[in-house]
Amino acid sequence: MSDPLRLPAVFFRLRARLLEHIDLPLFFIVAALMLIGLATVHSATYDANSRVLSQLLNMLVGLALMWGVAQLPPQKLMRFAVPLYVIGVVLLVLVFLFGVRVNGAQRWLSLGFTRIQPSEILKIAVPLMVAWYLHKHEASLKARHFAGAALLMLVPFALIAKQPDLGTAILVGAAGFYVIFFAGLPWKVIGAIIAAASAAAPFLWSHLHDYQRKRILTLFDPSADPLGAGYHIIQSTIAIGSGGVVGKGWLAGTQTHLEFIPERHTDFIFAVFSEEWGLLGNTVLLVLYTLLVGRGILIAANASTLFSRAMAGSVTLSFFTYIFVNMGMVSGILPVVGVPLPFISYGGTAVVMLCLGLGILMSIQTHRMLVKK
Amino acid sequence: MRLRRSLQNSSDSDYSRYRFRLAVSMALVLLAFGTLLTRFVYLQVIQHDYYTTRAEDNRISLAPIAPNRGVIVDRNGVVMAHNYSAFTLEITPSKVPDLEATIEALGQIIDIQPKDRKRFRKLLDESKTFESLPIRTRLSDEEVARFAANRYRFPGVEVQARLFRQYPLGPIASHALGYIGRINTRDLETIAASDQESNYKGADHIGKTGIEQKYEFYLHGTTGYEQVEVDAGGRAVRSLSRTSPIQGNDLTLTLDTKLQDIAEKAFGDRRGALVAIDPATGGVLALVSMPTYDPNLFVDGIRTDDWDQLNNSPDKPMVNRALNGAYPPGSTFKPFLALAALETGKRTASQAIVDPGYFNFGGHQFRDDKKGGHGVVDMYRSIVQSCDTYYYMLANDMGIDSIARFMSQLGFGSRTGIDIEGESEGVLPSPEWKKRRFKRPEQQKWFAGDTVSIGIGQGYNAYTPVQLAMATAALANNGVMYRPHLVNFITDSRSGEKTYIEPQPMRTLALKQENIDTIKRAMVGVAREGTGARAFAGAPYESGGKTGTAQVFSLKGEKYEGGRVREHLRDHALYIAFAPADKPKIALAVLVENGGFGAQSAAPIARLVLDYYLLGKAPKGPASEDATPEEE
Repeated sequence: MSDPLRLPAVFFRLRARLLEHIDLPLFFIVAALMLIGLATVHSATYDANSRVLSQLLNMLVGLALMWGVAQLPPQKLMRFAVPLYVIGVVLLVLVFLFGVRVNGAQRWLSLGFTRIQPSEILKIAVPLMVAWYLHKHEASLKARHFAGAALLMLVPFALIAKQPDLGTAILVGAAGFYVIFFAGLPWKVIGAIIAAASAAAPFLWSHLHDYQRKRILTLFDPSADPLGAGYHIIQSTIAIGSGGVVGKGWLAGTQTHLEFIPERHTDFIFAVFSEEWGLLGNTVLLVLYTLLVGRGILIAANASTLFSRAMAGSVTLSFFTYIFVNMGMVSGILPVVGVPLPFISYGGTAVVMLCLGLGILMSIQTHRMLVKK
Repeated sequence: MRLRRSLQNSSDSDYSRYRFRLAVSMALVLLAFGTLLTRFVYLQVIQHDYYTTRAEDNRISLAPIAPNRGVIVDRNGVVMAHNYSAFTLEITPSKVPDLEATIEALGQIIDIQPKDRKRFRKLLDESKTFESLPIRTRLSDEEVARFAANRYRFPGVEVQARLFRQYPLGPIASHALGYIGRINTRDLETIAASDQESNYKGADHIGKTGIEQKYEFYLHGTTGYEQVEVDAGGRAVRSLSRTSPIQGNDLTLTLDTKLQDIAEKAFGDRRGALVAIDPATGGVLALVSMPTYDPNLFVDGIRTDDWDQLNNSPDKPMVNRALNGAYPPGSTFKPFLALAALETGKRTASQAIVDPGYFNFGGHQFRDDKKGGHGVVDMYRSIVQSCDTYYYMLANDMGIDSIARFMSQLGFGSRTGIDIEGESEGVLPSPEWKKRRFKRPEQQKWFAGDTVSIGIGQGYNAYTPVQLAMATAALANNGVMYRPHLVNFITDSRSGEKTYIEPQPMRTLALKQENIDTIKRAMVGVAREGTGARAFAGAPYESGGKTGTAQVFSLKGEKYEGGRVREHLRDHALYIAFAPADKPKIALAVLVENGGFGAQSAAPIARLVLDYYLLGKAPKGPASEDATPEEE
């Protein structure tokens, strides 16, 4: 009371402390995406009971975690690499041995009171571990180090693919690969991998599960099985196509509200958004995602250490991968795999993992100056 | 320490290589997002109309609303066919994984008899699996409630409120009325050919026989539609628009159901047919074919055992004898031949013959029923006493061509055009007919002897009871002929406007009134002092009539079964009549299969019908058969 100016000073200091390690451009882009996400989750779920509040809670938890991670400098983050990776792989082995079988896939581990899906942890643990490993050997990076990095990536990849959960396995593998790529894997090797993969495709095809093959075949001709595998794609493309340029309006999508779109608040939420907001909404969403990825690339470009660069690049390209795979599958140009749309799809685990990635990006961005000093 | 070293080690070239990789990545990202955007433009702009249609098809379903079928009433407004609403338990077989198990489980909560299962099986064979088929009809309120509580256990099973056709009079007039039944493949073809296809969406019943069939498109009404928004599960969410169905048009018949009932009862358990016509309009007052059947059995799919019983009965209740039975007319043919003789000038009324009791022709003796003959017989006596010899000679004198020409005018041998499908033509014999009928040349030849037996209504003659009734009505109405019809008028369900079926005469025969009067006088004589006198004794009105007895014989040589042989070999009894004689209000033809003499079993039935129609006198039971056969 005696000094009316003191309170604002405290307030400004608090705000400055809160925002110290927050990258504002990234934050605003993600905030915009999250708002769109909440609106869309509401539209997809309000017929039964809206999940907006629980998704908001997921987001707040995620943002808090993001803030926490952002406070830590990258070299402290590196310390989590080995324990996180080891825990992740051990859990995967446990899943392999004692996992709960749901719908023919052994992905879950029962903890008595709840079930966890360890493969989600690896989405962050693998790039962290690979980046840490390559960073450790940065001074003398040789082919065997890249081979070692590849091994670190392939073990969890194989365990997840075996579950089977090819979608997550590919995402985990991709995250690891992006790290190796940004650490400087020679182009010749990349070319050789691509050539080898193409050559092995027929062999891999014969080792796919029936349902996996069906999903890929369905992509080429959804009408072959309109009530089975093709149903998801047919209904989501109808939703998108009927949305037209300006969409049917929020809460007014007939495909959505008459329940023609399956998984409409999770993996297929883009169909809901697209039906109600049309091409205009899609463009806005794509622009936001481009800004997100662009900002990530920029942070990566400014990063100073190999770990930071590789991590920033990997997290950013992982975001991109989720976006592209999800939108591609919902609009019928990629096979159906279980990948949520970042910051839009309903789901606590996904939001938390994404926010962890954001935290890492912000940590890399905001601790860079300190190091340079 | 480690960090600082790595900083120093990262050379400029390393950094620029890294930035190049970032640039390549960003380019790939933009390319990928560009691909997505292209896909969105393709789906949302170029293919927009297509997908809009698909989305609308998804959500909008047209639910047909079946119209109320028109009501059928008799000339006095007595309801013969109407509708009532009842709950049915229906199964859509395509939505039920295990039909047997489902029916078994349903049987636990709702009473399902073996007969219901049988009928369901039959329906299943006849229909498509996506149709909703009744397993039980007429559920009680309690059963509806019990099912509602267990509904979740039975996907593809539903309780529906359905309109049912009901024939309150049961078997009375069933051959005229006909019945409706579930639409089968053949009906679908009929519907397709009639341009009424869209009007039958959602309909599952159609007229199968009788008036229900003939007037199907009047009775059916116009199907309404409801546009319903449905969700992915096919459940209706809300109604978007509704076009109400238009109720079918009502029919008012010329039939008098009370008269019909009396006529049917008069037959007792005898087989036969009766057609009564109002000569002044052609309106059919009674159309009897005995035995009859209950049309209600057919409405929700006839049970197998009921069907077998109807179909295998030696009495053939499903045959409409009035329209499809072709019988030799016997002596009822004589008045018409006498009229022909007067009109063609072959005889005058007073010309008489001496009847020795037989007529010799071509080495064959055609015998009269009365041994020793009738003595001196003029035209009046020939009819009153039914003298065969008179007509053997007359037929021979006239020749077959002349007979056939005259009889065809009266409608013999051609369809009367009554408003029921499937009427038979009968046989009006002529040399041309015989040529068509037989294959071998020796059979095709017309013999003069053939003509002689035609004279007494035997030989190849075969007419339906409705033809005989119509010829009688033509005579009674002095040659002015109306097409016989059962429906008097159709009442438009919206405007209430009445459309009369047969307001105009079909044709007027060029007959001399004095000739008609001569024949009528003779026929009045039959009832007063001739072969019909016993049946019409004490009648307070004057009627004209003629008895007939038709020998049973078969061109095909049917086999008769043991115990029934005797009855089946008995002659058919006939009687034609009109009354009152001076201004006829009713003309009829009665036929009793294997009834023996016409005077004995057919005339009493005619008496009961005329008594009721003219005097309002209801009888106590079936017409009695005269104990003593009387010669004709």
